[in-house]
Amino acid sequence: MKVSKSPWMLHYDGSSCNGCDIEVLACTMPRYDVERFGVINTGNPKHADILLITGGINAQNKPVVEQIYSQMPQPKVVVAVGICACNGGVFKDCYNILGGVDTVLPVDIYVPGCAAKPEAIIDGVIQAVALLDEKRKSVREDKKEAGQ
Amino acid sequence: MSWILAIGFLVLAPLLGGLLEGADRVLCARMQGRQGPPLLQPFYDMFKLIQKQSVVVNNVQDVLVCGFLIFVVFAGLLFFWGGDILLVFFALTLAEIFFIMSSCSANSPYSSMGAQRELLQNMAYEPMILLTAIGFYLAANTFNVNEIAVASVPAIVYLPGIFIGYVFILVIKFRKSPFDLSTSHHAHQEMVRGLTTELSGNVLAIVSLAEWYENILLISILGLFFLNGTLWSVLAAVLGCGIAYFVVVLADNVFPRVKWDAMIKSTWIVTLVAGGINLMIMELLTR
Ligand code: SF4
Repeated sequence: MKVSKSPWMLHYDGSSCNGCDIEVLACTMPRYDVERFGVINTGNPKHADILLITGGINAQNKPVVEQIYSQMPQPKVVVAVGICACNGGVFKDCYNILGGVDTVLPVDIYVPGCAAKPEAIIDGVIQAVALLDEKRKSVREDKKEAGQ
Repeated sequence: MSWILAIGFLVLAPLLGGLLEGADRVLCARMQGRQGPPLLQPFYDMFKLIQKQSVVVNNVQDVLVCGFLIFVVFAGLLFFWGGDILLVFFALTLAEIFFIMSSCSANSPYSSMGAQRELLQNMAYEPMILLTAIGFYLAANTFNVNEIAVASVPAIVYLPGIFIGYVFILVIKFRKSPFDLSTSHHAHQEMVRGLTTELSGNVLAIVSLAEWYENILLISILGLFFLNGTLWSVLAAVLGCGIAYFVVVLADNVFPRVKWDAMIKSTWIVTLVAGGINLMIMELLTR
């Protein structure tokens, strides 16, 4: 059975303008319903497989994002939603913005758009889900190598 | 015969419990105008959790969670073997206490808040559970499940009020409503899943396995209301349980934002009115 059959998602709002957040929540509503793919919007990093971040990274939320990521059990993937999360977007030159999510975390999937469309977000999540299986495999291989 | 039932419970309850949860999720989604996950989603979740890395907070917690599973299974075996229904309820409460202790042992505010809410929840439904056991005794003159199941008249004839009260507390026991309880199944963000905040990977899988066993046990106790030793009564029990389960899911979706204080008040009122009056009438009639 594949890990990707049951991706539980943790949504973190960085310094987003809330536009992308509304689109993320729209994905869980009847019109788009990501639960079709088994996605659960959990609030607990220890239960999550996918970390979905909207908005850029600023000086204040940098340690928060790092801690959330470190609390998630392996295998895990990071999805950056919206152009702010990809590289800082319109807020890029603000004094407090450090940049996109990839300034602190290894981002696996970038979902561009301002705001990102629900279709694009779902597409990103599905690609992230495929990555989960690959990561699961490599975690296993690492373990095997460590065992030998 | 009762041995076969007990072994059947041991083997089949996880399958049925998972299917029940899957059906529940699909039903909920349909009630909310969504398509919902596949029917087998709970099994996918379970296998996923087993494959995930498990972050261990402390060793005591894992042992206590295993205790939760063991005593739930024990309670179920006792019930299907035909033991004492009081003992079944006590074993179930003991299992609950293991679970509460496990989340108390973790050094996390959400975990301990979850444990406190779980205790509140116990306080709310435990009187009704006791009344149910007493009701079975008054109806069949025995606490023995085997004898209750072959009573000449099914218990529901004597205990309609207690039946209603029991269905009412099932909403809480199935962890559906209120949404801000220890670990509600549908409000995934509330209190960061409370009791299970610090659990991950296969320990979390053990918790869902235990919950599947527990749900099947609780719904079988519901079925006991209909049994009188004949084949048609078994059919009536299956039908009755199905309808009751539908009502529970419907109630959860109609009142999605009930809070814990409303739960305590309403549960005790229902217990007193439905359970208490039912017992009083029975006392008067049987005198
Ligand atoms: S990408 Fe656009 S909509 Fe999304 S958070 Fe940034 S500014 Fe807001």
